[in-house]
Amino acid sequence: MAFFGFAHGVHPPEEKELTSGLPIRRMPYPDEIILPLRQHAGKPATLCVKVGDRVERGDPVGHADGYMSVPIHASAAGTVTAIELWPHPDGSMAQSVHIKVDKYALQMPRPRLVPRWEGLTVEQVVKAVQEAGVVGLGGAAFPTHVKLAPPKDHTVHTLIVNGAECEPYLTSDHRTMVEYPERVHFGCRVMMHTLGVSKAVIGVEKNKPDAIAALERAKPKDLDITILPLTVKYPQGAEKMLIHAVTGVEVPSGKLPVTVGVVVQNVGSLAAIAEVFDTGLPLIERIVTVTGHGLKRPANLIVPVGTKLKDLLAYCDGVTPNAREVINGGPMMGMAVSNLDAPVIKGTTGIVVLTSDEVRGETVYPCIHCGRCLEACPVFLNPSWLGDLARVRRYQDMADEHLSDCMLCGSCSYVCPSNIPLSQLFQASKVALRRIQIAGAA
Amino acid sequence: MNATNLIVTASPHLKDRDTTPRIMWTVAASLVPVILASAFFFGVSSILVILASTAGCLLTERWLGRKDALRDGSAMITGLLLGLSLPPGIPMWMAALGGFFGIAFGKAIWGGLGQNGFNPALIGRAFLQTAFPVAITTWPTPGGDFFALKGDLFAFPFMSPQITHVVTSATPLGLFKFEQKLTPIVDLVLGTTGGSVGETSAVVILLCGAYLAWKGYLNWRSPVSIILSVLVLGQFLHFINPARAAGGLFHVFSGGLMLGAVYMATDMVTVPTTNRGRWVFGGCVGALVVVIRVYGGLPEGVMYAILIMNAFTPLINRATQPTVFGTVKLKEAK
Repeated sequence: MAFFGFAHGVHPPEEKELTSGLPIRRMPYPDEIILPLRQHAGKPATLCVKVGDRVERGDPVGHADGYMSVPIHASAAGTVTAIELWPHPDGSMAQSVHIKVDKYALQMPRPRLVPRWEGLTVEQVVKAVQEAGVVGLGGAAFPTHVKLAPPKDHTVHTLIVNGAECEPYLTSDHRTMVEYPERVHFGCRVMMHTLGVSKAVIGVEKNKPDAIAALERAKPKDLDITILPLTVKYPQGAEKMLIHAVTGVEVPSGKLPVTVGVVVQNVGSLAAIAEVFDTGLPLIERIVTVTGHGLKRPANLIVPVGTKLKDLLAYCDGVTPNAREVINGGPMMGMAVSNLDAPVIKGTTGIVVLTSDEVRGETVYPCIHCGRCLEACPVFLNPSWLGDLARVRRYQDMADEHLSDCMLCGSCSYVCPSNIPLSQLFQASKVALRRIQIAGAA
Repeated sequence: MNATNLIVTASPHLKDRDTTPRIMWTVAASLVPVILASAFFFGVSSILVILASTAGCLLTERWLGRKDALRDGSAMITGLLLGLSLPPGIPMWMAALGGFFGIAFGKAIWGGLGQNGFNPALIGRAFLQTAFPVAITTWPTPGGDFFALKGDLFAFPFMSPQITHVVTSATPLGLFKFEQKLTPIVDLVLGTTGGSVGETSAVVILLCGAYLAWKGYLNWRSPVSIILSVLVLGQFLHFINPARAAGGLFHVFSGGLMLGAVYMATDMVTVPTTNRGRWVFGGCVGALVVVIRVYGGLPEGVMYAILIMNAFTPLINRATQPTVFGTVKLKEAK
């Protein structure tokens, strides 16, 4: 293995020691569960319950709407009390199913909602994974079954498993690898079988030696799985950076990883695949790191999907007086939560409570062209120049300067001494550019 | 749960601790040893000249700059650098006027911090060079009583200065160019020669620059490429014609090269942003310095070399853009 890292990148404070040593614990059921029908990339699920219906744990409340969609399942037994627009963790409002949790229910799942894995054909596995509502648990929530069936015109030779977890604070993947390495390997087995590949590489940042050791120990004899220690650097876990670190190949600009013959999946998602085939329950709960210096009792928790952030924070003894910002996801790419009534969804990797000392200052200075953003950008863009273009709204010029290759990792904004919100400018520019392109096509 | 004081901002929510004012003030602070060294060689005169130029810069920035512009520390650097680039005997009003011109026409008129194309300190000095060619080329000899003035520093504006009792001597570059006398390298390195306030002790400047580079506030590529370029080209010309061109080491350690390479060719605003661009920029500056010194009419060329290359910065930037991740293969395919 010649490559273990990538050029450029940044080193934000890791702050993982708050929760990296804490075992995963289960959070009790809240009084109410909120299930948005849009929890994944692709089309939202279509509603299949009505107000007053009784649902058991694992029952679908929404069906998959086509291939690029997955169903949503009830994470606790109870009664549907309302179906209405409700705050979504991404800041918008989304059609959501409210379930009043039955406190006296045993919360027993119906037996085998998901079939056993043994003896299924590839098509049946893909279908079972979709029916189980499994999506990528790394944050983007891309439907997993789509990754299991890559386009026929490409050959896949390697499965790359993303255990980098380069976002500061987050430890849910770390704890999954330490506590459930068998599940990660079992998920690997399922994916390798369906993809028809014989080789898998699990990339883990070197700052998680216990995870690497646990994975090595649990490695099955009959599979070709390599555990590759990666340099500790942000954004090591970005798909293209990880592929470069593992294979030494750059994914061509604007193309999918499958064009270089690899499929990337996150360790949490693999553990989820293993879990749904193991327990027969669809994806109705996930591991969430609830942490931050603004939180009184940080923890790694198994949380029922749909738990309100308010209830989650209250279970962790609430926030400290100097708490200033609640982030859904990691502090580099996560979104600030504007309403704590919003629920945990399938893509919620962590909830980070930042203190007033940590949040960005408000003063912005002019760009002094120091070039730090150029040395930070993992895809070798010129954020300084792009930022100048964004401010005068030359979106077409930005497109020519490869704006589409920006993955909004935030490294440029992180290092900018003038505190220029570069990645915010780029996100807005991407939206503006898409609008222009749609207007041009119409 | 009390959630009233929560805010919502765009990602990333973390920020590196370095800020623009912190970088600027650290650079300004790193000039203190250079100033002390010049005070050691030229006495109180050098302090007075630096005070005057800095006051000119700060007052102009306060007058023409953004609100709170003084806080970012960039005008402070301009003032200190301008003062360091002037002869220690120059009347204070001239130094202050140079500061005014540098900030007003080298910075404010472009739109303030980050917008200017040319180094403001050098713009101020170029103005003084044109306006007062005699005063700016009168080089007092270092040493002597600390409180003895090296010229008529307190002359009234536009009155002819009385520089009768001051011992002057040519700079090592002038000595070589006009009298073919070579100053020993040791004197150049230590700074015991005639010259501008801060253009003397190469060792001190190098040490301060190394500190800044270690802190990450200075991109080492510019000074290294300038020094290498001067060394190689200077030595080459010396090899061709030893009578006309001094050796590479002499060029590196004489005149304003160290101050220019370490502090002026690293001004982030006016030099290329890309690392490759910095190599190109530095290489060209070094070449221009040697060419001006050897073939030009002036003994010294650092100021004009940097100003000329400042003009090429946007071009160099365009030509040295980094190759975007994943585009190499695309080009090959085409």
